[in-house]
Amino acid sequence: MAIESLARSLADQPFCKELTQAQVEFLAGCAKNARFAAGEYVVREGQLADAMFLIRSGRIAIESHVPTKGSIQVDSLGPGDVLGWSVLLPPFRWHLDARALEPTLAFSLDANCVRGKVQADHSFGYAFTLRLLAEASQRLAQARLQQLDVYKAEVG
Amino acid sequence: MSDALLPEVMEVVRFRRETRDTFTLDLDARPRGGFRFAPGQFNMLYAFGFGEVPISISGDPLSPGVLTHTIRAVGPVTRALGRLKKGDGIGVRGPFGSYWPVDEAQGKDVVIVAGGIGLAPLRPTLYSVLSRRKAFGRVCIAYGARTPADLLFARELEKWRGRIDVDLEVTVDRGDADWRGQTGVVTKLLGRFELDPENAVAMLCGPEVMMRFASRALEGLGVPPARIYLSMERNMKCGVGSCGHCQLGPTFICKDGPVFPLPRMTPLMAVREL
Repeated sequence: MAIESLARSLADQPFCKELTQAQVEFLAGCAKNARFAAGEYVVREGQLADAMFLIRSGRIAIESHVPTKGSIQVDSLGPGDVLGWSVLLPPFRWHLDARALEPTLAFSLDANCVRGKVQADHSFGYAFTLRLLAEASQRLAQARLQQLDVYKAEVG
Repeated sequence: MSDALLPEVMEVVRFRRETRDTFTLDLDARPRGGFRFAPGQFNMLYAFGFGEVPISISGDPLSPGVLTHTIRAVGPVTRALGRLKKGDGIGVRGPFGSYWPVDEAQGKDVVIVAGGIGLAPLRPTLYSVLSRRKAFGRVCIAYGARTPADLLFARELEKWRGRIDVDLEVTVDRGDADWRGQTGVVTKLLGRFELDPENAVAMLCGPEVMMRFASRALEGLGVPPARIYLSMERNMKCGVGSCGHCQLGPTFICKDGPVFPLPRMTPLMAVREL
């Protein structure tokens, strides 16, 4: 896909809604299409975080392997969600596994390329980081609510 | 019923286990000429020798010959109800309380947000809405549970998911490796619906903290607070607003509720001492 048409598709992603057209085009230089089959691991815990993903369709489970219990799903992501918002932060390693639950299409943003552009253009870097912060804040709020374990039976 | 404090004995005609700790009791209402109720109302169920508990009606209001309750066994009375068999009798008082605004929702999008056992009091609403589906706009259901094994009404969920005129999103707080559905809190499902928020009616039932966050998320999407309804829960005893056990500020949950519009509950939910 040419950079121009990639940029047009990227602009439709919720993550890019508050970026200017020029910033989306700038980011499109780091983007390529990625496709994952059902059951395929998108990333594995501990591996180098070399890309972040904007999910276009399908569904991805965020999992952690717990000895004696197997893989526990702690979150799932769908169209419009972002996977890998920690690629900007050292040590650039994945904290959890991510596995496609169904055929999934995503934009893959090369981590080195993104880090380079964030450094090279601070105006872009600020807008990009602000979007990541909004994403992280929303996910943190959801994780805290999840941590309350509100459906656990209260024995009366 | 002539005396709201006098239980009427009804016979169990079916016992169904829903999950590890939750079951559904069908009672025979035919001998009394049927049991009429509005979606969202509850009954006081009396397990003889153990006591009474308030339980929302979870069956179909269009089938008055069967009175259905879905119950989670969490205490001595509900555990006693969980030991009942076909042919056993229990005491029933009701129906009590306010109900979901099904008529008000006609012509509007309907958003059902349920958490855990909270799907049970909303199921009669779904039966009502789906029985005259064309009278409503979009029907969106967001249901959250603790784990896949805790999901209620699995067969009906599949049936609703298969309908082209129903948007159903289900999530669990923790999935296992076999879970193919969504994981995370129910609030994150709400943004996925293609709603006309200004023309929507939302009905929420589940743990109070879940309803607090979900109502904020709905307000954030543009649903007017006056059209967001919550089903509240407190320690109900008499069911008729006499004993005061379920008092929440100036309201009695059993008599004035359990279904309230959000603006009536917002100031009360903000008072931590209540």
